[in-house]
Amino acid sequence: MAARKSKANTEAYLRMYRQMARIRAFEDNANQLYLSAKMPGLTHMYSGQEAVAVGICEALTSDDKITSTHRGHGHCVAKGAEFRQMFCELLGKAEGYCRGKGGSMHIADQANGNLGANAIVGGSMGIATGSALTAKRQGTGHVTVCFFGDGATAQGVWYEVMNMAALWKLPIIYACENNGYSEYTKTAEIAAGSLTARAEAFGIDSFTVDGQDVLAVNDLAQTLVARCRKGEGPFFVELETYRYHGHHVGDINRDYYRTKDEEADWKKHRDPIVNFGKWLIGQKIVTPDELVSMDNEVRADAEAAVQYALEAPYPDVREVDMHVFAEGA
Amino acid sequence: MREITLSRAVNEAIAEEMRRDPAIFLIGEDVAEAGTPFKVLSGLVEEFGTERIIDTPISEPGFMGMAVGAAMTGSRPIVDLMFGDFIFLVMDQLCNQAAKTHYMSGGKLKVPLVLRTNLGATRRSAAQHSQSLHALVAHIPGLKVALPSSAYEAKGLLKTAIRDDNPVVIFEDKLMYNDKAPVPEEEYLLPFGKAEILRQGKDVTLVGTSSMVQVCRKAADLLAADGISAEVIDPRTIVPLDEDTIVGSAKKTSRAIVVDEGHQNFGVTAEIAARIADKAFYYLDNPVQRMGAMDVPVPFSPALEDLTVPTPEQVAERARRLCRGEI
Ligand SMILES: Cc1ncc(C[n+]2csc(CCOP(=O)(O)OP(=O)(O)O)c2C)c(N)n1
Ligand SMILES: [Mg+2]
Repeated sequence: MAARKSKANTEAYLRMYRQMARIRAFEDNANQLYLSAKMPGLTHMYSGQEAVAVGICEALTSDDKITSTHRGHGHCVAKGAEFRQMFCELLGKAEGYCRGKGGSMHIADQANGNLGANAIVGGSMGIATGSALTAKRQGTGHVTVCFFGDGATAQGVWYEVMNMAALWKLPIIYACENNGYSEYTKTAEIAAGSLTARAEAFGIDSFTVDGQDVLAVNDLAQTLVARCRKGEGPFFVELETYRYHGHHVGDINRDYYRTKDEEADWKKHRDPIVNFGKWLIGQKIVTPDELVSMDNEVRADAEAAVQYALEAPYPDVREVDMHVFAEGA
Repeated sequence: MREITLSRAVNEAIAEEMRRDPAIFLIGEDVAEAGTPFKVLSGLVEEFGTERIIDTPISEPGFMGMAVGAAMTGSRPIVDLMFGDFIFLVMDQLCNQAAKTHYMSGGKLKVPLVLRTNLGATRRSAAQHSQSLHALVAHIPGLKVALPSSAYEAKGLLKTAIRDDNPVVIFEDKLMYNDKAPVPEEEYLLPFGKAEILRQGKDVTLVGTSSMVQVCRKAADLLAADGISAEVIDPRTIVPLDEDTIVGSAKKTSRAIVVDEGHQNFGVTAEIAARIADKAFYYLDNPVQRMGAMDVPVPFSPALEDLTVPTPEQVAERARRLCRGEI
């Protein structure tokens, strides 16, 4: 764990722990819903990567923007979303963030600055950069973080927008969550050279950080966000992380592309929540009992939200052709 | 006859053709060891190796463009595009490059490639994994477009596509990958531009494509119970389109409904209906009917998604009203 003046930041630490625990609880419940056939469609679990979303979003205000991915529940929670509306969205209910129209792969939470998950790999890179362009043109001081996976670095659009972001010094952080896999393929088999070198080729300051260490992620994010606000962007960060589940729920037999030992090793030694919890206890910021009760509270919240969402109504059939076009002329 | 899944049929077609012609290779994301998320290609890399079953990074415009270049220089690539929705990423390579090269070169260059992808909603996969976009490519001169509606057609049409010297886009219905149908052991090819009359009838013609063929067949069953005799036609390819069979049937029954899972506006139903109206006008008792997917992005919620795709009941009801002269 990155050493920092501990007590002074107690509130922020506890908030980060809680947010990571909330993401894990959300995903455990979502996974269960899917396995019990209560949740329709395709979904991708964020479990294991919590420190990335939380460490970064803790450095943002709700006016700062993010764009998210198909593996987006973690980003959404970290940016401030509520469980109820998220579970409602996952179940296609009217009270969902997108009135049930988007589902797991398209949750957007406008009020908290989440411009949306995306089911097209790399599909949000242009959007995020455009958001940074708005911030610059309007002088808002807002920063945009573009989350994407290692696999998405293969999309050409990234190189186009990085070039423009660098030319025009846009306030954007490209945050690549390198979880080692692009679907069922190891990153090493799909990415030539180094990812940071690609961004550096555009003159973009680039960093690699342990994505399992929420404090390290947060430290770096705070620095880069502050620099973006001063007009020193863009930046690229590669966060080394790991997804615990299959590529999507349903990707069960995955021995052919990664070993059970590897999975077990990450879970045992590099779990972002367990390790941060140990650090908090070691620093005497919390007691073990306090952490347990926080975990329990978060789990109870998630379960209550699931129950709420299961009972919530579907959208009225008349909504099917609403929102194709915006009302304004 | 033995029955195999559509997925198996596709796999067999590719394997047979690759054994026959060493110029063929297959390229796409997670096609080798993983055999695609739908497991359609399982086993091919074991037989043909990674030189011919090529896994790519997530770079659709890149590998699509490479396939065009490879096709122009003596290879016969089969491109695997995981979801039909991703066709938007490869549009320039497909429509500006592959489709036009033969024509622009005055017939000197050829682009013998196959783009295999899929269509179909109602899998709760939301707006970017559920589209049926075949009309977009059918609009571009120079591209052939095949829409198999069964394991049998999937195999026969894919083999024909692979042997064609033009770029061919073939859309499989992703809901049908596990559906079984009789498929002969012996080799066969199905010609392009030759529709199949799946059921003879005299009161109304139902033209259905791809996923909507089953819908039309079920509608015909419902209609039979009401004493209405429906003729069901599966065009199999929309470019080229077997106008003669379709128009001939409409002239015979004097009523036609065209059903397709693409959006209704500016779509396949519009084109086929217009051809029927043009060529069978004086034989028709009623205006030609079109039933496409609702003109909305495909919604995620099951409560909404099911409303967007024509059902057998809706097709049957439209046919009843047509036969009663209500429309
Ligand atoms: C343009 C596009 N191509 C392919 C896919 C299918 N697909 C979905 S996720 C994925 C892998 C993405 O890997 P990565 O970017 O590393 O993200 P991760 O899943 O590891 O979070 C692929 C190939 C897609 N959704 N969009
Ligand atoms: Mg990845």
